[in-house]
Amino acid sequence: MPLTFTIIAIVTIACAVAALSLRNLVHCALALSGTFVGLAGVYLQLGAQFVGLAQVLVYVGAVSILVVFAILLTRNDQSTDALFSKATFASIGVTVAVLGVLIWAIVKSPAVKKTLPPAPAPSVKSIGDSLMTNCVLPLEVMALLLTAALIGAVIIAMQNQSKTKMEDGESKMDKPSEPSSILHPPSSQGGSK
Amino acid sequence: MTEALDQIFVTLKHWLVSLCPAEFQVLASIVLSVAPILMVFPGLFALVTVIERKGLGRIQNRYGPNRVGPFGFLQFVADGIKALIKEDVVPRRADKVIHFLAPLALVLPCVVVYAVLPFGRNMTLTELDAGLLFFFAVGASTELAVFMAGWSSRNKYSLFGAMRAIAQMISYEIPLILSAVSVVMIAGSLSLPKIVAAQGTYGGWLPDWFVFTPWGLAGFLLFMIAASAESNRAPFDLPEGESEIIAGYYIEYSGFKFALFFLGEYLGLFAISGLAITLFLGGWNAPLESLAWIPSWAWFFTKLIALILLFIWTRGTLPRLRQDQLMNFAWKFMLPLTLINLVAAALWHYIPAGFTRWFMCGLMVVGPYCLLGRGIAGKDKTSKRVYRFAD
Repeated sequence: MPLTFTIIAIVTIACAVAALSLRNLVHCALALSGTFVGLAGVYLQLGAQFVGLAQVLVYVGAVSILVVFAILLTRNDQSTDALFSKATFASIGVTVAVLGVLIWAIVKSPAVKKTLPPAPAPSVKSIGDSLMTNCVLPLEVMALLLTAALIGAVIIAMQNQSKTKMEDGESKMDKPSEPSSILHPPSSQGGSK
Repeated sequence: MTEALDQIFVTLKHWLVSLCPAEFQVLASIVLSVAPILMVFPGLFALVTVIERKGLGRIQNRYGPNRVGPFGFLQFVADGIKALIKEDVVPRRADKVIHFLAPLALVLPCVVVYAVLPFGRNMTLTELDAGLLFFFAVGASTELAVFMAGWSSRNKYSLFGAMRAIAQMISYEIPLILSAVSVVMIAGSLSLPKIVAAQGTYGGWLPDWFVFTPWGLAGFLLFMIAASAESNRAPFDLPEGESEIIAGYYIEYSGFKFALFFLGEYLGLFAISGLAITLFLGGWNAPLESLAWIPSWAWFFTKLIALILLFIWTRGTLPRLRQDQLMNFAWKFMLPLTLINLVAAALWHYIPAGFTRWFMCGLMVVGPYCLLGRGIAGKDKTSKRVYRFAD
């Protein structure tokens, strides 16, 4: 067990460091998804199957694709800044301060001194049961939120579409132009249409 | 005797493990469980490439491979040797590391998903509590590999191909998962061996496979359509549409890396066919009680090969879709049907068995299919295509 944990930990941390220090943004995004996989490995090793698999499904399958697409669609330049600048050192200071405060707060908090209750058998069935009984209200709220987001995305996309329609004068977005060479053979005067 | 033949591989493994010294037994057990998967499925891949080329040749009225070995059946050996000794060309501007990693990142998940498939009675590598979730989670991570391949090649066609592949895989993943959810609702478990066990009884003249229920049949068809889109098979092979973007995301791959892409694609196809068998076609169960003496693993592989032949047949028959048709089909047709199918499965669970149940669920499956199909087809106002010069 410790051997697998060591391997997973080394890979995860190496990917995280790479995600911070690589200069090419796409490389960073890919290294970040490596970190997600490593985290999922840690969850699986701890016996939290559902969390681990949801981590892979959501973060590796969807979020990293989203990140990569966002990078591709927004910026094309590859920044050539030096790895270390004044801002880097300043941010290291801020990070260390925040981390210190967090660690201090965690160590001081009474939650640490509580003894852990015996770990329940984390089966997927029990998670599903509690999602459908105890936690049904949060689940429904989440579902409502996601549906609203989905409809909102569709409405935003539709507004863009109608705008382009008006600009173009005809509905090019609905239907791509038919392959003219097949349906309308060139007329005898030369030139198609 | 039947029992012994059914469990022959399991007993063989236990016997081999017992031969090992005690401290290596765990390791030996792991290796002996993994090694057959790594041998059988790439072997099946080699066989299927030949069958596919011969079958497509037959459909398209030509010979197909017929030079190497009897009837050309050793063609895969020649292809394998060729792929191994070909020069590996990497474009000068390509991102070397990612270009190298992409084929591995594609093949790895395709192999890992076999860990949860039940190949026969007591023949599941890991009986995960959330096996189905594992399958989909690992399967979803191939999208990133496709992106890596397309982006790192520094070729606009390969980037187009990767974009198409990702858009297609994300769109069809939703109907794929939703059609599997209906099975989970009825079987009450995410564990694949338990889903197989739920279909293991025989009632009347049909086995209790989920495909023989209205929602199961609809779910199976939707699942197979989404599966062929998910594994980039024709008619959904736009990501590699050779008439438009040459070969999609693996243009810039040659030699063994190209063979790895090919291998990954077929391993994914076998895995998803295996999942379709597990979810809808009763897994390793025999279709009739009187045929139960045939070993369970033989049934699994028979069904697997039948599904693969179905995929080859579809590939040879249907023309490729256009990109907008592909997206419309996923979002306007498949997604509503899978959602309605979920409700039909819920009804099936609550209405007591009998004619009413069949009628209600059948209506819920056929009705939306006809309405949606008519609705989408009616808007386009298609007319008969006229060939002015070909007559």
